[in-house]
Amino acid sequence: MSTDPAAGMSERGWPLWEVFVRAKRGLSHVHAGSLHAPDAQLALQNARDLYTRRQEGVSLWVVRASDITASSPDERDSFFDPAADKVYRHPTFYEVPEDVEYL
Amino acid sequence: MSSTYEHPRTFSAPLRYVPGAPMNTPGRSRQGLEGELAAAYLLGLADDALVYAQRLGEWVSRSPQVEEDMALGNVALDLIGQARRLYTRAGELDGTGRCEDDYAMLRDEREFRNVHLVEQPRGDFGREMVRMLWFATYQHELYTRLAASTDQTLAGIAAKAVKEAAYHVTHAATWVVRLGDGTTESHERAQLALWWVAPYVGELFTDDEISIAAADSGLGTLPSALLAPVRARIGAVLGEATLEPPAAPTWSSAGGRRGVHSEAMGYLLAELQHVARSHPGATW
Repeated sequence: MSTDPAAGMSERGWPLWEVFVRAKRGLSHVHAGSLHAPDAQLALQNARDLYTRRQEGVSLWVVRASDITASSPDERDSFFDPAADKVYRHPTFYEVPEDVEYL
Repeated sequence: MSSTYEHPRTFSAPLRYVPGAPMNTPGRSRQGLEGELAAAYLLGLADDALVYAQRLGEWVSRSPQVEEDMALGNVALDLIGQARRLYTRAGELDGTGRCEDDYAMLRDEREFRNVHLVEQPRGDFGREMVRMLWFATYQHELYTRLAASTDQTLAGIAAKAVKEAAYHVTHAATWVVRLGDGTTESHERAQLALWWVAPYVGELFTDDEISIAAADSGLGTLPSALLAPVRARIGAVLGEATLEPPAAPTWSSAGGRRGVHSEAMGYLLAELQHVARSHPGATW
């Protein structure tokens, strides 16, 4: 897909954008879905109309899908399986003194 | 278009109002006539919103993309929400106790007070964005002022609606800029749309007995006072869109606020009302 916004308009199909919605202050933006739009401003407006019409959010991000570099399913074994037997990476091997709060 | 023809069902109270004259009419309390005038003013606003919502709803499944179907459907739903609240308030003010459905579904063409702009049939997408830019900008200026209405209910309705109108303006302006400053074809079509819409916009800014009475009482605002700010805002959008503001039109639509409508209105109402009228009082 071309990264030139004008190229998206000349085709019948508009480029794909990924939408991230922050539900409320203090929470992270979470991926909500995707949509088509000819440029960033309209992507934001379309995201507002598609993903926040039931009060789902207070903030929106849109990212052109082609700008996202994603891990490949083929790499799943080498990327993620090695973490499976590293239980010591979880902070569960410490004795917490009784008078320490908020841990 | 004749302005002398009087349909028996035309809303008659406003015709008896003489600016500056005492509003006591024999057989009718001052309260009653003032209430009817206030209700007539609100009906103009509500009918504009309802009829344009009906036109915008036609875009669902016909827009350039499904995303735009949703965008225009959302605008239509905002307008229906405004109309519902305005109808309900009108029913309280005119003393008839009519509900929103009575106004929307059971009045005939001559009783609708909307301008011709909103009832005109759907054209191409560019034409719709130009119409929406004019209408939404008008509504935004209007509701900004009505938020200070002496009628607390209307002030509340306007304060909510002004946020909706602001988004409608943004959306329409976004598109007008892209179409005007886009391809040769989109530019030409947007320019044609501006010429098409020109004869219809004057009606939004024409004062009549009802709006003058509403402005006098502090309920409403003079339509003519909205023209300059609306034109300035639209001029700025057109500049960015590389579009020429159209010359003064050679004719102007008129009569909508008196219930005199164009041919398209009857067909629009037939589609809007036929279920409610075919099944009176049906609920689900």
